[in-house]
Formats: sequence, structure tokens, C-alpha cells
Amino acid sequence: MPQVSMTVNGKAASIAVEARTLLVEYLRDHMRLTGTHVGCDTTQCGACTVHIDGKAVKSCTILAVQCEGAKVTTIEGLAQGDKLHPMQESFKEHHGLQCGFCTPGMVMAGIDIRRRHPNASEETVRHELEGNICRCTGYHNIVKAIMHAKM
Amino acid sequence: MGQFGVGQAVRRKEDLRLLTGGGRYLDDINVPGQAHAYILRSPHAHANILSIDTAEAKKAPGVVAILTGKDVLADKLGGVPCLAKPQSKDGKAMVDPGRPLLVADRVRFVGDYVALVIAETYKQAKDAAEQIVVDYDVLPAIIDTARANKPGAPAVWDQAPDNRVFHWHNGDEQKTKDAFAKAAKVVKLDLVNQRVVVASMEPRGALGQYDTATGRYTIHTPCQNVHMIQRIMAGCLNDKTENVRIVSPDVGGGFGMKVFAYPEQALMPWAAKKVGRAVKWTSDRSEAFLSDTQGRDHVTHAELAIDKDGKFLAVKVSNISNMGAYLSNFAPMVATHAGTGMMVGVYDIPAAYVEVLGVFTNTTFIDAYRGAGRPEASHVIERLVDIAAMELGISPIELRRRNFIKPEQMPYKTQLGHNYDSGDFFKTLDAGLKFADWDSFPQRKAEAAARGKLRGIGLAYYVECAAGGDEHAEIKFEAGGKVTLLVGTLTNGQGHATSYAQVLEDLLGVPFGDITLVQGDTDRIPNGNGTGGSKSMMLGASVIKKAADKIVEKGKKIAAHMLEAAETDIEFADGTFRIAGTDRKLSIAEIAAKSKDKANLPEGMEPGLDTRDKSDVHAGTYPNGAHVCEVEIDPETGVTEVVSYAVMDDFGKVVNPLLIAGQVHGGLAQGIGQVLLEHCIYDNETGQLLTGSYMDYAMPKADSMPSFKLAFNNVPCTTNPFGIKGAGEAGTVGALGCVVNGIVDAVKHLGIKHVEMPATPERMWRLINGASRKVA
Amino acid sequence: MYDFQYHRPASVDDAIKTLNGTSDGKILSGGMTLLPTMKQRLASPSDLVDLAAIAALRGIKADAKTVRIGAMTVHYDVHASADVKKAIPALSVLAGGIGDPMVRHRGTIGGSIANSDPSADYPAAVIGLGATITTNKRDIAADSFFKGLFETALEPGEVITAVTFPIPKRAGYAKFRQPASRYAMVGVFVAETASGVRVGVTGAGPCAYRVKAMEDALAKNFSADAIKDIKVPSDGLNADIHGSAEYRAHLVNVMAQRAVAAAK
Repeated sequence: MPQVSMTVNGKAASIAVEARTLLVEYLRDHMRLTGTHVGCDTTQCGACTVHIDGKAVKSCTILAVQCEGAKVTTIEGLAQGDKLHPMQESFKEHHGLQCGFCTPGMVMAGIDIRRRHPNASEETVRHELEGNICRCTGYHNIVKAIMHAKM
Repeated sequence: MGQFGVGQAVRRKEDLRLLTGGGRYLDDINVPGQAHAYILRSPHAHANILSIDTAEAKKAPGVVAILTGKDVLADKLGGVPCLAKPQSKDGKAMVDPGRPLLVADRVRFVGDYVALVIAETYKQAKDAAEQIVVDYDVLPAIIDTARANKPGAPAVWDQAPDNRVFHWHNGDEQKTKDAFAKAAKVVKLDLVNQRVVVASMEPRGALGQYDTATGRYTIHTPCQNVHMIQRIMAGCLNDKTENVRIVSPDVGGGFGMKVFAYPEQALMPWAAKKVGRAVKWTSDRSEAFLSDTQGRDHVTHAELAIDKDGKFLAVKVSNISNMGAYLSNFAPMVATHAGTGMMVGVYDIPAAYVEVLGVFTNTTFIDAYRGAGRPEASHVIERLVDIAAMELGISPIELRRRNFIKPEQMPYKTQLGHNYDSGDFFKTLDAGLKFADWDSFPQRKAEAAARGKLRGIGLAYYVECAAGGDEHAEIKFEAGGKVTLLVGTLTNGQGHATSYAQVLEDLLGVPFGDITLVQGDTDRIPNGNGTGGSKSMMLGASVIKKAADKIVEKGKKIAAHMLEAAETDIEFADGTFRIAGTDRKLSIAEIAAKSKDKANLPEGMEPGLDTRDKSDVHAGTYPNGAHVCEVEIDPETGVTEVVSYAVMDDFGKVVNPLLIAGQVHGGLAQGIGQVLLEHCIYDNETGQLLTGSYMDYAMPKADSMPSFKLAFNNVPCTTNPFGIKGAGEAGTVGALGCVVNGIVDAVKHLGIKHVEMPATPERMWRLINGASRKVA
Repeated sequence: MYDFQYHRPASVDDAIKTLNGTSDGKILSGGMTLLPTMKQRLASPSDLVDLAAIAALRGIKADAKTVRIGAMTVHYDVHASADVKKAIPALSVLAGGIGDPMVRHRGTIGGSIANSDPSADYPAAVIGLGATITTNKRDIAADSFFKGLFETALEPGEVITAVTFPIPKRAGYAKFRQPASRYAMVGVFVAETASGVRVGVTGAGPCAYRVKAMEDALAKNFSADAIKDIKVPSDGLNADIHGSAEYRAHLVNVMAQRAVAAAK
């Protein structure tokens, strides 16, 4: 079993896992970071979105071995102690979550959208959220939250 | 009222935890030593099982046990029951074939339950399952709802001739017949309310444990009613209810689907007892497509009888409703009472008659999904009204006004047995039309035409029946002024921890931040009725008020005793008991603390302020409102988009406007999704699910929706203490008719009177281009 | 998915040597197609040879006549590249519409065309621009590359190292997205190249192909009007629950017109 090492939320991790282990499984099952969720099996729902080296990716469609040496950030790594990330604050302020299952993925995707489009319009945000599905909110407040996060 | 009281847009308590990865959903829970389960499912829609050979599979790495239908029969386990038994017109009993936990002899849908593999890891269980050899004798399948009852259709159950489950009716058949005979005009409509999948973002799961010391099972499972699941699981496991504990962790979306009991929830604890360790199962998305209850699936014929002045005389509707291959807990009720009871809408219709033929097909079981029959009903009546307006040459607004139930007619008993308590449909409609800029639509239509788009405007005035019932609550005073609130409802995204705390702060003056909601555990909450049917805010607030009122009453007695005053001199406000007109007071926290010591209490009074109560508000509530949408169609491709959506709702009383808007948004999205995108399709011959993943089942995404405009014209409900009308499903109830009406408006100039759902690009292209009257 | 051996070679030569030494190994590029297929247990390679460590396979180089894109260049980088936006804006548009942002951060051009997926976007551009596919063994012309459903001219032991696009006078891409997967149900890439007009279609048939009738009409008059009455036959076109062959044939015409109208 390959020994796979990476940095997750600023901390070094090194775990022996089967080559077929997905990054999301490395995080959830081996590191017990259960904030990243699995919502589908066709790489579409986005609940598994994390950042690798600062870019949003779908952790259900990446092998842990592919992340050897990478810097991974999950939803658990955003807040600085008690201080929430502006995107997290914005989701709370705008009621951008209901059941919360798609939320970690939405927050991670939202940060990436604003990184690439600092002044994203509503149309841009809606288009950029193509890879994230929500069944509860109808997207209205998620879009608001992403547009208005004080980043 | 403070900034955290009723009516305020309070931000949610739940969010800090959920936004930082602290949500605890079923798959996040792991028990030391747990084993993992995988369910082998039927690849055929209909087949006899000749043999199941697990010998090789049992030798696979990591396998702990493999169980089949034979083992279920040997242990005499019960099946998942159907709790609704509608009466049939001809007096024959509903056909209830039961639903075993694992099938021993015959599979009846792709996804049916064949074997349970338990192994050290999920992957090992799945690998081992591939080695199970099942010898099937494939049988012809019946898939099409409209054909299930026709001669020649294969029989799903031998005891159900013509695949009939029930043939139910309601209303006055003769009175309706007479009204139709006198009608100046009869409008007819045939439509299909297509099958959809629920697709909550969190799939289902169950973690079963058995404690040999206590003889109790514990089942962790995301659900919408722990007490109902507890009762059903006890039945399946042949044990007493008190020996089964159900705990629901955070629920990642329910929408009705997670209300119901499923075989997996009984299989896990049973397996746990057999193998001596916890057994965990979670569904993946492909499995969810096959084994979650699905929604809608009705074939409808509807008629509206109208007099010469455009007044409705009668409505009659005849549905064929697909139950699937097995009967889920509520499915017959969703198709009958729930699905037709609101068929008269907001109109003063003197006669109505509905009949529903429930049928079996070789498909996944159906049950309640967001709205559970009421979106279907509202869709039918609002389409009938729009078609009538078109055929009579009267505006759809005028025709509605002519037939609205008037405020002075409230309370109004409908011909289908509902009692509307309140509502001013005229005022709400007028406010809605203004809010939606209805009058300036022609300008937007012309501007869209210049861009090559067909633009239409759709109106639906919905009324929905949110459930009543009873509910249980307990208010406990803890150290440091904190309060624990235990309620029998079960939030799955609605935000009860926040809205209930708002209600309690208003009633008892306990600070919002000091109130914690406990829910979803049968060991901690002895009774409850869960969440579904949009009843939780109304029932939750009502029972919290009942308990709180008792607390205030007792608190006054204690305060009077402690302050040596007459009880009538004690007033309670903002959390303080005070001798009126003086400064002598005690806070509720102080009273609660002091009440634990009998020495502080009047003679014979039980210590403690903690109170448990039950509230019965059996009257349903009737949220209603005007939905106005505008759609644009690209005639070259048939692509249809909803470009604006405005809603004017009457919700009686709003506890948290932010949360209620969220419920409407989500409901609208599910309605729009069904009209434009979603369709659960089985191959007619083989019964294979053709839309078995998000690659083929079109889920609404952020770019499928516009932003929504919401406003309120609230008329307080007269049948519960807060005046609340249950809002949870209202968005979906109005959306189907509204969007279809808008699409038809966009293409009516081509002579098109009706559009079936989903209005896919090809369907719209063919309609617009007259390529074929038969849609894809 | 089933387990496998994972390799991460430092050079193309090492990658091929490793691949040739496996019983049933596959190249892993972005993984956006291969990994989902393996998760469904529809593919079970004995080995995965990951090209991610081979820096030489990444990068975009433009000169006066061509834009050369390394096989491991991700879609997002092609979309965002100033060189691509300047030289072939339609290619930037195409790359920016593949999948979703997260997929675009990982999916690669090499992986995309090596699969000859009937609903991938790049094949339309490869055909439409008359690109050259460079492998570790040879150069392959676009017209010889796509052979059929999931079938290319690549031989065993051959891996794509770069795709070179000739810079056209102007080009446009229009895509009709399948409502569920958002893949190209029909995608048309139209280009006025140095060697004539080319119309590349993806999504409609078993693999990407050219529409000669439209190319001839556009050569005379490069405008949407010129092709508005050119119907493509529906025989042999894909048909599924999202669209009949007849509807797809219609969309080829509509998307071609829109691609021409958008050409710059």
C-alpha cells in the first residue's frame, strides 16, 4: 500500500492507503475530517469540493496518491480559531444553507469563484456554480452569499 | 419583542457548526468495531429467483456474513408496512402484498432487495457481492402507468388482477354529473404528472447496533420522524418498541422521502445482532436512484364545467396513480386524499368528484415528495382555469376573480371535505399582480421578441393544505439560566433550532442564545410526530406555547409565594415575574432554580419548573398566494428558461422571514425543476432505469433559476394560537401550474393549448415547429 | 473501483516503458473521465501511469502561425491563456465551457481527445481547426485521428504529448448542452483556416466529424445565412432520452449558424 503524504489544513499527514483510495476517502475515512461530503457518484454534485494548492477541485474524482506533496484545504481549515472566513460569514448572514450537506462544497467553490472573479455578477456566479448542486435553497441565497462575501 | 423574537430575520444558530465542517450526518458517524453492509439488488425489473448461491462470495476477503430472504423468513422478520388503506368504490379491500426486508422468491423492480453482504469494509462487501450467483428467470415487466390496468399487462402481483391496488373516490358523483349536464361549456384536459426522484443531497443510511446486555437495538438513521420509524422497526424486528432506539443525526435533506421506513433500517440492527457488532450502511447515489421512494407519477383526465357567465359549476378528475412495485408507507394516501382533496383550489365550486385508480408497476415504490399530492392538484385546477379562460376569451385574472371564494364566505367548506379558515384571495392576487409588474408585460414581451425569444407570463393562484395534528414538547431549565427545549418534530434543514428559540424567547423571556433544541432521539423524547406536511412551525409553536403558558402560570404561583404577594398581583413580562407597580421581582431563571427546593414552594406543589406538554391542533392550515412567472423560449432550439418569478404569499404569521423565504425558494426550485428538467424514466420493455444518475437525470442548477421576488399579504390563521399557515411546501404547490401557464402563454399564438412536463427543449421545439403532435 | 498499481514517471520515455510493462495499464492524465469510469467499475486497469510529474507535457506556446498546447495542460489554463484568447478566442471559449470550474482545474486536453468521447468538446476544435496531434511516436493529422466511438488512431504504447492548432483567420464555437450532464449534445466549431473553411461537429455522431456541405457554402459566403438551409441527415446520429437523431440533426444546423455568427 503506498504511503501518501500531503499537507491538510496546514498540518502534515502521512497515511498508508490503497492506491484506489480517493482523496475524499483519505480525508473522511482516514483523517476523520468529515466536513467534506459525498453526494453523488458521477462527479457532478460538488459536495466534495476542496482546494488543492489554492484551486477548487472535486475530491471524489482525485486519487489520494495524486496529491502526494500537495497542500489541501478543506472546510475545516477555513476558520482561524473563532474567526470565520468571510465566505462562511456571508453564508450565515444570507441564509445560504438549510440542511447543510452541500454547504462545504458551496463555500469552497464560492471562495474559488471570487478568487477568479473578484467582482462576480449574479450571472457569473450562477454560471460558475454549474458544478455544485443544492436541493434545499433554490440557489437564491447561495448566489447572494457568494456575491457579497467581504473578500 | 427583541431582535431575536418572532417576526425577526434571526440568523441561524445551526450555521456555525454546519459551516465549519461540524455537521454530523449518518456517514460521518463511526462506531468502534463496526462492519459495513452492501445490498445486492436485482438487475431485472421482474424475475423469479430460482437460486441464490453465496458459497464463493462467503469466502471473499473480509466477509463477515451474507444474509438472504431465506434468513429473513427463518427469523420471521416483519415487512415494511403500508399505513394507508383507502376504501375502494366497489368495496373491495386494497391489495396489500406486503414488503419483505429481503426478497426470497421474486424480484419486482430493478433495485429490489436480494442479499445483504456484511464485511470489514464497504469495498470488500461490494467486491464480495459480485461473487454472489443469482439464477433469475426473467419475466415480462409492466412499466407504463397508463397501461398497467389494461388487458395483457403483465401482473406484478398474482393477487392484484389488472395490477389494481385500489379504486377510490371522493365527492358527490351524481351532483357533479348533473352539474356537467347543465354546463354551457366543458373544458377538458389530459395530462401526466411525471415521475421524479427526490434526490436529497445526502443519500440514505443506517447504522444498526444491538446491546446484548440490555437487549436493545439502536438505529442511527437520517429520517423525518423517529417515533414512526421506531414503531415500524419494532414490528420488523419482532420486538417491543421500548427495545428499539432511533436516533436521527443531522439530516441532509428529506423532502418527504426520508419520512418513510425502508428495509435497510431494519436489516442493519438485525445484522448487528447476528454478527455481534455494529453494522453500517450508506447508499451511494446510483443506489439512491433505485431505492429511495420516488415522487408523483399520475395520469390525469380532468374536466371543468362552466355556466354561461363563466362561473364554475363542477370539477371532476380521474387519476391513474402509480404505486410502484410495492406499497410504501403513505403512497395510497398521497395519491388519494392528499392528491385530490385540494382539487377545487381557491374557487367556489358547488360540485366536485374525484376518482383514483392505484396501480402496481415494476418500478421503484412511490411516496410523498415536497407537496405530496398538492402540487399535482394545484397544477390540474390552475391549468383547467387557464384553458377555460383561453377558450372563453376571458382574461385568466378576470375568470379567477369571478370564481374566487370570497372573504365573507370564510370559513368555507369545500366539496372535497376541506375547511378553509381564512384568506383574502382578491387582495392577495391584486397585490401579487402589482408586485410582478403584470401590466407592463407587453413591453417585456416585445423586447424579447426583438431578441428572437418567445416570452410568456404565467399566473397560478394556489392554495395548499398544510397538516395539523398533535405534537409534544418539553421545556427543561438547566443550570446557569440555560433552557433545553425537546420537541417531537425533526428538522431536516428548516432551522427549527432557531425558529423555536425565537418563539420561546418571546413567550418566556429566556434569551435566544440560552435555548438549545433537542430532537430526533426516541430515548430522550418519548413522543412526537416528526416533520412533514409543513406542520412543524405551526404545531411546534403551538405546543411550545402550551407548555410555556403552563410554566408562566406555575411561575406566578411560585413568585407570589416567594414574594409574599397575591397571585393576582404578579405580572409576567420579558422573563420577569414582578409584583405589579413595584420593583419586587424574580427572573424566570431564579424561579426555575428556586423551584427545585420544596421549601420555596406553596404547600403541595411539585418541585421544578420543567414542563412536558402535548398540543392538538388538528385543523390543517391553508397558505395561499399568487405566483407570477415569466418564461422565455428560444424557438430555434426549444430551450425554455424562467427569467423572473414573483410570489405574493399569505402565510398567516411569519416567525422568521429569512427562513420562510428559504423554504419558498427551495420549493420553487423543485417545482421549476419538474416543469423544465426532471423526469425519472424507465425503459418500457426492460424496466431498466434510464435516468440512473445525474448524468441523465437533469437536476436544477444555479443557472436554471432566476432570483426570486417574495412578498407577503398575511391573513392570520384562525385555528391555531399563533395564526401560522404552514409554508414548507407552498413554493412547489404553486410552481407547477404557474410555470406551465407561462409556457403556454408564450406559445398560444401558435394554437398550442397545453404543454406536458417536462418541457424539454426537443418537446418545445416539436410543438413550436409543428413537426409532430406526438412529443418525444 | 478495483485496486491497481500506481506509477508516477518523470519522463515520457519512462511512462511508455512502465506502461508497456503492465498487463493492462492505462495512462492517467486529468482523471476526469477515467476515474469516474473506474468508480463505476466499467474499467479496471491493472496499473495507472500518471503523467502529472512530467513538466514537459504542460504549457502553451504560441507563434505567428500556431498555438501548441501540451497534452497535460488543464482546460482552465487553456481558457485563461492570454495567448489563446488572442490567437484563437473560440478555443478559449470552448475550454471555458468544459464541465465545471473544478473539472476545468484538472481535466486535460490530451486526456480529453485520447478518449474520443462522442460528447467531448475538444474533438470539434481539433477537427474544426485541422490540428496536429503529436505523440511520442509521430504526428497525426486531425482528419485521421478520430476513428469511431471511443476509438482513435493511437496505437498501444502511444501517448499524446501535444496538440498544435493552426491559427485561423477567424473561428467560432457553439455548444448545445445536454440538460443533465451539460456535455455537448451538439457542439460545432467553425473556422476559416489558411487551407479553407472547416466545420467540426461533436456530440451528434459516434465521433467528431466534418460537414462538407456547410464548409463549401461557407467558403463562398462566411455567414450564418449561407448555411441556414443546409440540413444534415439524421441517419447514424446519436439518439437518447435527451434528443432524437432528428433533433440533433436540427441542432447541428442551429449551432453551426451560431458558431459562424460568433466567429472572430
